[in-house]
Amino acid sequence: MSSITESFARAVFLIYHLDRELLRIIMLSLEVSGTALVLASLAGLPLGALLGFRNFPLKGLFLTVLNTCMGLPPVAVGLFLYLVLSRSGPLGFLSLLYTNTAMIIAQWVLALPIVASLSHASIVSVDPVIRQASMTLGATPFQISLTVIREARYGIMSGVIAAFGRVIAEVGAILIVGGNIAGYTRVMTTTIALETDKGNFELALALGLILLGISLSINVALHVVQKRGLAGARRWP
Amino acid sequence: MALRLTASHITKGYDGNPVLRDCTFSFAAHGVYVLTGANGCGKSTFLRICALIEAPESGDIDFFSVGAPLPKDLALRRRITLVLPRVGVFNTTVFGNVSYGLRIRGIGGSRARKKVSDALEFAGLTHKKDQNALTLSSGETQRLGIARALVIEPEILFLDEPTASVDQKNTEIIEEIILNMKRDRMTTVVITTHDREQAKRLSDFPLIMDGGKISAV
Ligand SMILES: Nc1ncnc2c1ncn2[C@@H]1O[C@H](COP(=O)(O)OP(=O)(O)OP(=O)(O)O)[C@@H](O)[C@H]1O
Ligand SMILES: [Mg+2]
Repeated sequence: MSSITESFARAVFLIYHLDRELLRIIMLSLEVSGTALVLASLAGLPLGALLGFRNFPLKGLFLTVLNTCMGLPPVAVGLFLYLVLSRSGPLGFLSLLYTNTAMIIAQWVLALPIVASLSHASIVSVDPVIRQASMTLGATPFQISLTVIREARYGIMSGVIAAFGRVIAEVGAILIVGGNIAGYTRVMTTTIALETDKGNFELALALGLILLGISLSINVALHVVQKRGLAGARRWP
Repeated sequence: MALRLTASHITKGYDGNPVLRDCTFSFAAHGVYVLTGANGCGKSTFLRICALIEAPESGDIDFFSVGAPLPKDLALRRRITLVLPRVGVFNTTVFGNVSYGLRIRGIGGSRARKKVSDALEFAGLTHKKDQNALTLSSGETQRLGIARALVIEPEILFLDEPTASVDQKNTEIIEEIILNMKRDRMTTVVITTHDREQAKRLSDFPLIMDGGKISAV
């Protein structure tokens, strides 16, 4: 019991003094997940828009697959990517395994379906009268689409935030393709796993608390965005 | 030369139920046309087709200024506009809503600001310009729809029930705007309403829709 309190106190001490190693781990986590998120948004939003505005054969099936991918097990994504990137794999010649790039790719795969699927959902739920109004005011088809996307912006932002929440907290994929190499590919979640294993609870706890803080911030942001979106949903009959 | 509109032999239905049947009418003169008719007879449908928002199943909508009908392209669509019964407010400020039509035409800067303030003034919404448009009352929302249309200076303005669920004072303001547009800007206005008194007050050309056709009263 006293060991838990002691660990807690030491963890708080670590956070308070924020040593270089701790800071580096946090920064790398944010960098990897942030980059993955930006790239996933750059691909996911247009994909969501395409699905929202265009019809093509097997679109329903595609959407179902995309929705299913929102819940991809990170470990499975890590394993698959490992096989692709390992020396004997099809992309082995790129020597990406155990690099930041590999971790970014893994989290990109996890974030993309979330951003795309939630973007699609918010775009199709925009009141059709918006599209008509934009048309009556003389918009080109492209301008109409932009207007609809703009109206869906809070839903799209929720999707991006949700995706960030998922990748920043994920450990399975990043551990497999990043390798948790000290000073190189060691991020918050993988460090927590490793240090707990080693019985080094202070560092694990410190990182756990920080991760919790980040999760909390993400949820607050999500809440704010959704509240704003709700205000936007109040349309006159 | 003023823009004129002819609808010829328009047919339109939904899910196999005919709404407009061989509907022909020519909006040949400048003035206010007031279209009345029972609920569900097809007035809104007709306006959407005239405003080139929806295509008819058969028949033709033709706009003329001189000679041959104009091609139904973006340039033509930008000379007319329709204020929908539900308006379709964008989730931004009142100012942002009204400037929309100018922004998509690539008009910005002080010239655009002047036009927007004029339209807001015209619609009595100047004091609301920084408010989120979704928080307007229903009467203000209707006026917003009109301001948004005014700013692009349409040659033909379609208004679909602009005073439904609007109080008397706001109705007067809206009627005033319509008459001003007709007089000052030489706009041809086509409006639908269920208010007989309003129809009398506004119309140069009272029209009635019945059995999927339009006729002059
Ligand atoms: N998008 C649609 N899908 C299916 N049916 C439609 C659609 N739009 C209109 N209708 C039907 O077409 C008919 C005419 O509708 P419309 O809105 O044009 O009537 P209206 O004359 O404007 O009626 P109101 O006075 O109540 O506004 C109605 O029976 C309506 O249910
Ligand atoms: Mg109607």
